[in-house]
Amino acid sequence: MQTNFFRKIIFDEKSRSLLIQTLVIGLFALFIYLITQQTAYNLEKRGISSGFDFLHISAGYDISIRLIPFTSEDTHLRAYFVGLLNTLMIAVCGCFLATIIGFLVGIIRLSSNWLFRNIAYVYVEFTRNVPVLVQIILYYSILLNLPKIKQAIVIFDNFYLTNRGFFSPSPIFKDGFSIVAWSLVIAIIFSFFLKRFLKKKQEDTGKQYPTFMINSAIIIFTPIIFYYIMGMPLEFDRPVLKGFNFKGGMVIRPEFLGMLFGLSIYTAAFISETVRSGIISVSKGQREASQALGLKSNFIMRLIIIPQALRVIIPPLTSQYLNLTKNSSLGIAIGYADLVHGFGGISLNQTGRAIEIMMMVMLTYLTISLTISFFMNIYNKSVQFKGNA
Amino acid sequence: MTKIKSLFISLVLTLGVSTAIAGSHGSTHDLVKERGKLMCGSNTGLAGFGAPNDAGVWEGIDVDVCRAVAAAVFGDASKVEYVPTTSKVRFTVLQSGEIDMLSRNTTWTLSRDVDLGLEFVGVNYYDGQGFMVNKSLGVSSAMELDGASVCIQVGTTTEMNLADFFKANGMSYESVPVETNSEADAAYTAGRCDVYTTDASGLYASRAGYPDPSAHVVLPEIVSKEPLGPAVRHGDSEWADIVRWSLNAMIIGEELGITSANVDEMKSSKNPEVLRLLGVDAGYGAMLGLSDDWAYNILSQVGNYSESFEKHIGPNTPINIQRGLNALYKDGGILYAPPFR
Repeated sequence: MQTNFFRKIIFDEKSRSLLIQTLVIGLFALFIYLITQQTAYNLEKRGISSGFDFLHISAGYDISIRLIPFTSEDTHLRAYFVGLLNTLMIAVCGCFLATIIGFLVGIIRLSSNWLFRNIAYVYVEFTRNVPVLVQIILYYSILLNLPKIKQAIVIFDNFYLTNRGFFSPSPIFKDGFSIVAWSLVIAIIFSFFLKRFLKKKQEDTGKQYPTFMINSAIIIFTPIIFYYIMGMPLEFDRPVLKGFNFKGGMVIRPEFLGMLFGLSIYTAAFISETVRSGIISVSKGQREASQALGLKSNFIMRLIIIPQALRVIIPPLTSQYLNLTKNSSLGIAIGYADLVHGFGGISLNQTGRAIEIMMMVMLTYLTISLTISFFMNIYNKSVQFKGNA
Repeated sequence: MTKIKSLFISLVLTLGVSTAIAGSHGSTHDLVKERGKLMCGSNTGLAGFGAPNDAGVWEGIDVDVCRAVAAAVFGDASKVEYVPTTSKVRFTVLQSGEIDMLSRNTTWTLSRDVDLGLEFVGVNYYDGQGFMVNKSLGVSSAMELDGASVCIQVGTTTEMNLADFFKANGMSYESVPVETNSEADAAYTAGRCDVYTTDASGLYASRAGYPDPSAHVVLPEIVSKEPLGPAVRHGDSEWADIVRWSLNAMIIGEELGITSANVDEMKSSKNPEVLRLLGVDAGYGAMLGLSDDWAYNILSQVGNYSESFEKHIGPNTPINIQRGLNALYKDGGILYAPPFR
């Protein structure tokens, strides 16, 4: 009986693999446990304090690139959120810009125009094959060589381009502006339902409506009309050169722009290849069939090619978004105050809590990445073949 | 099965090695002697304090402390390997045991001394935070800096002093964080920031490297105390003593007028403290676990504090710093070493 049991474990494939897996997991758990124990022991032995109490003491440093107010008296925890928001800002803006450039370049690479096609080709090969860090530093250095603050390039009287950033007037919302904003929201919701309604009507009657034009007009003109009805409740705070710097207005810092250009131009090259492969993957017969049906060429692209290409494009696109988000941690190289630079760098140095802070930073990146994957997977499902898995 | 076998073996090995590494805590002194050279954390490059010269040899007053320790331990000041550290990683590098000591314009503060598990063993340069601006701005005082963009090295005490100084005076500023001294130089000269702030010594060192040093002025305000000194890991007092007294030997050397040039003559001095220091009166080296001629080696190979200062940062160098606070206590400064007895 007993020999049978052991024999089963050794010779039965299923039980054997189960045993091995259990052992490996067990050893791995033991490994993690020992590492943790040893680290805690070493920290204690060297007299290095640990714990998360530091989150509630004041940070003592200032961050100039921030989306929420922050002073040196705020806590390290708040510095964490400032950094997190900056990371999210560069990730969102970067993904957005990279997608636009990527789709354009991907389509241009398939263009019949020799010059455009090859310019796109050179762009892709160059940016794909130069490390992103080098590119970020390159764009940042170019931005630093813009005119100094006193010799700013003036654009339309109110915009200033300098090596300290791009200064523009900032809007001041006065009473009644919320109504304008709400009118925009309502216009968008309305146009959404209108689109469904017109589509249904088209399916019923076969008559086509210029849905896009109608909806654009609704979304653009509704808030403009309300803006005038409410008595133009919007003013601008214009930047004025006073002393060392511009006062008032808004500014986009060169550190942000350097990151944005570096990340999106680099990632766009990969996205364009994804887009190109997606379009090529749609069989030639589809295009020929739609031409035979007499569809216009932009309809062919929009209704036949792109929806099928998306099935191929989305999964690799997701991983490009993830790459861009993770690469945003390179902000440290040019002083962009992202999560790694501010909280993971300065706070770490001021408090010495390397393990705690790095754990928090890692978990944060993990959460962001998993969230992106989650939503991209939902989107991916929506563009796949229906009922034919 | 071979695959699985090798996986097991590698797992076991990883476990074993990691425990072994984590578990090895010999005394630093033994470790250094065994290795045959001193691992010394230095600046990534700060002229006059710690930077490689044209020939690639590290030089500076911080570097001289490393050389003094090597002279004391090995009798050879050149047995040092320099590990350039940024202000951000310097403590981690020391804590992790990658270096034996840190001599890199590092400010001695309570939290670093206590909370980071370090031990500062003395002060080799009394510094304070200053501000440097371009003369063309027409600024003569740090109180006129409201609204300025300020370049600042991250992870330093200067960063916190800066925040405090502007807050206390009701002024605003834009901080432009940079990682290293050379990045700060680049951002400052490109005009990304109006002001560069760091320890005054660092400002002088940076200014010496600019194309036109006379176009920049260091403002008179010194806004902080920055005692810079070498640090070692907490918990190894024997090693801390060696580093502490290597530095002290250089200071006492100046006090007693012993230089690298006259150190041999001084061996026949009548002054008992000189004889104790140079190991003619035996026994003091053994207390530290060193040979009796350890201080003799420091003074003959590295020189005394004054020699090091004049050679690297004094008025006759491009850095051009006066002794000021760093003069001996008898010359109006605050440099003071406990007696050698």
